[in-house]
Amino acid sequence: MEHHAPTHDFLGLTFNLSNVLMITIASAIVFILAVVATRSLAMRPTGLQNFIEWVMDFVKGLIGSTMDWKTGGRFLFLGMTLLMYIFVSNMLGLPFAITIDHELWWKSPTADPTITLTLATMVVVLTHYYGVKMKGPKEYGKGFISPLKFLFPFKLIEEFSNTLTLGLRLYGNIYAGEILLGLLAGLGASGFGGALGAFLPMLAWQGFSIFVGTIQAFIFTMLTMVYMAHKVADDH
Amino acid sequence: MFNSLILGAGFAAGDIIYQLVAFIVLLALLKKFAWGPLMGIMKEREQHIANEIDAAEKNRKEAEAFLNEQRDEMKRVRQEAKAMLENQKQMADQKGQEMIEAARLESERLKEAATAEIKRERESAVASLREQVASLSVMIASKVVEKELDERAQKQLIDEYLDQAGDQK
Repeated sequence: MEHHAPTHDFLGLTFNLSNVLMITIASAIVFILAVVATRSLAMRPTGLQNFIEWVMDFVKGLIGSTMDWKTGGRFLFLGMTLLMYIFVSNMLGLPFAITIDHELWWKSPTADPTITLTLATMVVVLTHYYGVKMKGPKEYGKGFISPLKFLFPFKLIEEFSNTLTLGLRLYGNIYAGEILLGLLAGLGASGFGGALGAFLPMLAWQGFSIFVGTIQAFIFTMLTMVYMAHKVADDH
Repeated sequence: MFNSLILGAGFAAGDIIYQLVAFIVLLALLKKFAWGPLMGIMKEREQHIANEIDAAEKNRKEAEAFLNEQRDEMKRVRQEAKAMLENQKQMADQKGQEMIEAARLESERLKEAATAEIKRERESAVASLREQVASLSVMIASKVVEKELDERAQKQLIDEYLDQAGDQK
């Protein structure tokens, strides 16, 4: 059960090679899925086009529930990419984990806090960027001291806590799921009785993990849109 | 395994950069190859549906107008037909009346002619009767006269006839 990350130093930066691998795989799967689904677009949608259009409508609904479509429309592609990327990432760690020489190679990229916090920070930075861009620096700055001036420190803390909770919520859910799956797999591999005892909990936990992974992808995208709306909407 | 739980331990700055770059590249690629075209087709469909609805609405209005037009036309035609029928009936009535009148005149004429004929016939019958009566009375008179003639007179008469016959010879 004891394993570490396969790290490698390159250009003075530390790379976790399993993360690099899994990020690449997740991105490739999302890209291939999206391209295959939109390869033969037709007015009368069939098969995967239906699915991808449903995803688009779903994200449209998310954006529409938090802000005006005129301001929120530009975040549609961001939301769809986030949703699909995080969903695929969450699912990757479910079927198996590959460990070579006590180094964990195959896992969910979102089971690493570095990755989830990177995504969360990116989202929060984007909200600030769009806040300045769409409302102007003055209005943006005013957002920190409204409705009352003394709320400024709290608003500042809120930004950091938002980032942390957004990233760590995703990480915690996925990492916990993978640990339990790993423990159950270890139990199942320990012998015939262990396999017998681990089978049903394994089944249940994998099903639950699919549910959790889907929900977490949804929550991440939803909160992205909420934070975005908080910064770019004229009134809230 | 729990050392990765702590943020400071096993901190991999490279991962951050890699994840950022990967996500931005993925976003850009999907925008170009998937989301863009998908958005396009969905907009196109929206437009198409809106057009279809407009067209259907237009067609419905046209059909309604046509229906009204047809209804008016039908009403007009019906009225025309009714007027025509009435006209015809009136004409027929008139014609019938005329025919009856003509028949009446004809019959009167015939009656008059018949009356005249009867009158003429009667007159001629009366005339012939009168003639017959005259001849009959002459015949009766001659019979009576004949019976009263005696032998002498008869002889004389015969002689007279004979003479006459002889003279005629």
